[in-house]
Order: sequence, then C-alpha cells, then structure tokens
Amino acid sequence: MSDKPKARPAPVAPYGVMAEFVTPAELLRAAGRLRARGYKNIEAYSPFPIHGLDTALGHGGSKIPWIVLGGAVLGASSGLLLQWWTSAVSYPIKVGGKPYFSVPAFVPITFELGVLFSAFAALLGMLALNRLPQPYHPVFNHTHFHRATDDRFFLAVESVDPMFNVERAERDLSDAGGQNIEVVQA
Amino acid sequence: MSTATVPPEPRELVPDDPRRRLTLVHGGHTFAEITRMVCAPVEEPATRGWWVGFGIAFAALGLFVAMVVYLVLVGIGIWGLNSPQGWGFDITNFVWWVGIGHAGTLISAILYLFRQKWRTAINRFAEAMTIFAVICALMFPTIHVGRIWMLWMALPIPNWEAIWPQFRSPLLWDVFAVGTYFTVSVIFWYMGLIPDLATLRDRAKSKIRWLVYGILAMGWRGSARHWANYEKAYLILAGISTPLVLSVHSIVSFDFAVSVIPGWHTTIFPPYFVAGAIFSGFAMVMTLAIVARRAFRLTDIITIDHLDNMNKIMLATGMMVGYAYSMEFFISWYSGNKYEMFTFVNRAFGPYAWAYWIMITCNVLVPQIFWFRNNRRSIPIMFVASILINVGMWFERFVIIMSLSRDFLPSSWGYYKPTWVEICTLIGSLGLFFTLFFLFLRFLPMVAMAEVKNVLPQADPHGHGQGGVPSGEPA
Repeated sequence: MSDKPKARPAPVAPYGVMAEFVTPAELLRAAGRLRARGYKNIEAYSPFPIHGLDTALGHGGSKIPWIVLGGAVLGASSGLLLQWWTSAVSYPIKVGGKPYFSVPAFVPITFELGVLFSAFAALLGMLALNRLPQPYHPVFNHTHFHRATDDRFFLAVESVDPMFNVERAERDLSDAGGQNIEVVQA
Repeated sequence: MSTATVPPEPRELVPDDPRRRLTLVHGGHTFAEITRMVCAPVEEPATRGWWVGFGIAFAALGLFVAMVVYLVLVGIGIWGLNSPQGWGFDITNFVWWVGIGHAGTLISAILYLFRQKWRTAINRFAEAMTIFAVICALMFPTIHVGRIWMLWMALPIPNWEAIWPQFRSPLLWDVFAVGTYFTVSVIFWYMGLIPDLATLRDRAKSKIRWLVYGILAMGWRGSARHWANYEKAYLILAGISTPLVLSVHSIVSFDFAVSVIPGWHTTIFPPYFVAGAIFSGFAMVMTLAIVARRAFRLTDIITIDHLDNMNKIMLATGMMVGYAYSMEFFISWYSGNKYEMFTFVNRAFGPYAWAYWIMITCNVLVPQIFWFRNNRRSIPIMFVASILINVGMWFERFVIIMSLSRDFLPSSWGYYKPTWVEICTLIGSLGLFFTLFFLFLRFLPMVAMAEVKNVLPQADPHGHGQGGVPSGEPA
C-alpha cells in the first residue's frame, strides 16, 4: 500500500489513470475538480450510489424509463390481444351471457402482463445500458479495485479523453487528493 | 430467553421527534465493518445451529415430497374434501402463503417509495421470504388440481382440441397474477443482489466462489453510470411492484368475491385481503428477523428500532383486519339478506366457532399489546405475538373457506375435517420454506450491504450526516 504514484514505463495504450479515495465526499470533490480542469471522460466507482456524483461527472440522465415504458405498452397490449383473439376470434364461447370480448374481465391479465414485461424491461434495460454481463474490464487491473465494492472510492481519467496525458492525469488526481494512483492497462 | 435484555441505548436513537434524523445503524460502524458483518455468515463455516435448523427443515421438506407423491399416485380422495366442502387446507394454505409473501414486497417497494430508509436493513431477507413463500403458495393450487400433468391447460398453449383457457375466470387471473408476482419478485430481488454479489466476488478466497459469484454479479463494477441506471431501474421496479402487490392479493380475493357464495360475494374483500396479507407477512418477517439478527450477530443493523417500527405496522394492519371483520358483520345485517346473515352468525357461533374465535383472538386482540412501547421493544413478547398472528391469519382464511360447509340447502350441509395427509402437507410446506431460507442465509448476503452503507452518516457526501464529514464543493 504505497501512497506514492507508481513509476512505470510509459504504457503503449493504457485504459486510463485511476486514483483511490477514502470517503464519498473526497470523491465528489475530486470529480468536481477534474471536471473544472476540462476533463470530459472521467468515471467514478463506488460501493454504493453517491448523491450528486452524476452531475459532478457531467453524466446525462438514464434512459431506463423509456425502455420500461416500451415494455409496459408491449406487455399490456399483448395481454389484451391474447385474450381478445382466444376468446372472441379463435374459439368464441358464451359464458354467463357476457360478451365475447369482455373488457372488464380482461383487465386483470392485461395489467399483470404489462407489469411482467415492464419488470423484464427494467432488468434487461439496466444490464444492456451498463453493458453487462461483461466479465473483463480494465478497471479491475487497479491493485486495490477489489475494495470498490467494499469501502473505497475510485476515480478514473480515461485515455479516450481529449486532454489525456499520463503525467498530467496523475498530477491532477494527486492534487485532488487521490491515493494509490495507478496507470491501468486496457 | 435472555434476548429480552436490550442494552441501554442513547435516547436520541429513537425517533420520538419526527423531525430528527434517525441513526439507522447502531454502533458507529465503518463501511468495511458492514461488509464484514454481513459477509461473515456466507464466508465462515456453517454453525451447528445452522445445521440443526437446516436438518429439521430438510426433513420436513422430505415429508412434503412424500405427501405430494402419495397425492399424485392416489388422487385427492386422500384429503378430507367433500361436497359441499370442495376447498379445505389446500386453498387455505395457498392464500396464507401468498399473503406472507406480500410483506416482502411492501418492505422492498412501498417503503422504498415512501423513502423509509430503515427498510434497508430488512428488505433483502424480506424479499427472499416473499419468493420462498410464493413458491410454497404455488404448490397448493398445483397439487389441488389432482391430475397435475394437466396443469398446462391453465396456460394459453395452442393444442389439438383448439380450446383456450377461460379468461373470464378469477382462477385463471390468479395463475397470471401469482406467476407475474413470483417472476417480478425474483427480478427485483436479483437486481438488488447484483452489487452485493460483486462484493462477494471481490472478497472470494477460493476459485469456485470467485467464479460462481462472478458469473452471478455479471461484471458489476459500481461505476457512476452503473449506479445511475441501476437506481432508476430499481425505482421503477419499486413503482410497478407496488400496484402489483395490491393487485395480486385483490385477485386472490376475487377467487372468493366474484363467486355468489354468501360470505364471499363482497366488495370489502380486496382491501381486506391486502391488509391481512401485509399483517401476516410482517409477522413472518418479525419471526425470522428476531432469530436471524441474534444468530448472525446483526443486532446493530437490524436494530430494536426496526422491530419497533414493524410492530407499529402490525398494530395498524391488525386494526384494519379487525375493522374488516366487524364491517362484514355490519354489511350482512344491513343487506337484509337471510343467507348473508346466516353465514356470519354461523361463522361466529356455528360448527367452526372455535376457528373463528382463534382468529379474533390472534388477529385483533393480540396486536393490541403493541400500543405499549415496552411491549413493542420486548423481544420475547413480539416473538410470541408474531407467531400467534400467523396462526390467526391462517385461521382467517380457514374460516372464510369453511363457509362452504353450510350452503343454501340444509340437506347438503357437511363438515370438513383435514386428514393426516393434509396436516403433513402443511407441515411439509413449512419445511420447503425453511429449507430455502436456510440455504439463502448460507449462500447470499441477508442484508443489502450497498443500501445499508448508503444510510450510514459518513455516506452523505454533502456532510448532512451526523458523521461530520466536510461538505464537498458544489458541483
């Protein structure tokens, strides 16, 4: 656990430079500082969601609600169509003098299928937008990254950033209070 | 039990003043300590107590399997059902188990929408309880059909007879409602588990644990983008689970209310069933939480304040159920319908009066003890009360179903007695439930670590928490 930035030979094409922080407040402050210096492609990693971090990193809102809306519409309409087609078209039977297409009786299943498809849309949408499942990712190469799901907070300056330069990123992360600054390989 | 001696805690932990911020986790733990405390039961060798509990539950599961095999081989004649009493233990058990499941969704979804942050300590295992209870519930209608190999006819599958299920029937609504409820509960639970599975992956000491938890965690790395999508999806799942849970027990009550049987054909059933479901589910969460928090040393996370809150909810829902019981009587009198009036007088004073008064005692009288703060904070009292409430809620469904024994014509009246097979099946279903629950305690984190860390004072980056962390720069 050396606190000094590691002196490494200049990598060919690193994924980025990552620093470790001890508290969420330090991470949030560092993210704000790096953004203020003009970095565009920075990403934070934390064991739990941190309020205000999205804004600090300049991320937009999540698209999940639109995906779920699509799931809800698809589920409810397929539920209603299923009941209409089986009860009124494919094999119409009179039951209790009700119309073949008995809308009130078809509400429960329409609703349930709407909910079912929405739930699948929420889970699968979350996984798709997060590019999961993804067994390998460069950030796992940081020697302390196993603590990102425990009690440590990480900030990465990615090499795709137009301003990216290993030395400058290391210096800026260090100025922002980061420890264990490492260059992570892609 | 010596568990009654709650260590004296500072007064400020109790939210008597609703404007004060409540310390949700006691003991001033760090993030790493939370991880260690919650992961310990999963990572350390199983205790002797776990093996004993699991062994008993597994034996009861064996009994369940034996009873189901016997039923499938012989037919439902081995149960005590008769005409007019076509429903008995089977449907009682079904409604009881579904109801127990509902508290898990209430805790995970409805309390989330209401921003009741204390729920983070109990939501994970309440959700697990939901899933296992719904599995038990689904067993009963499945075996009650008798010829279980014909069960596929409940699903809209194209077949050689070109017929379809009857979509106007509440029993079919039930198939869709409970099936959806089970699936959505599993999705909600699994999604909540992903960050914690990643924690277990990152702590894994052996290759096999690393591989299994790694596959289940799907490569979760907790980036800000991950969390943003995750939180939005979680919020939406909570939002859709809330009407779902209300719809499921409403639809279960339609099994009764849509029929024209006196005592069943009533509009109060949906809200009354939902309140009863939450009531019994909280009682089951209580029973499990009291044992688990002590056995796995999680008393700082699942604190006495949590139990106190749950007791308040049981008091409230118990009163709702009591209100429904009295309103049923009032409406039957007010309706002027002879059959309705007879049914209710018969419930309270007829052949099943014993069951009725067990129900009233356990569901209406027992929760009244929670008006008193000392009772709400006494572990032995709440443990006994939670078991009595579950007994009472089982009898509520039994009493409703026993209305069938006295129908319109005295010449067709009957009396239903369960056979030993039905009693063993009920005990066996408890075995199924507890087997699954013991496996859950052993292999998955029983507390949502990421969520509990998020309610620690030091998790607030703006310094509003009591930890006094300096405020970050405005973004």
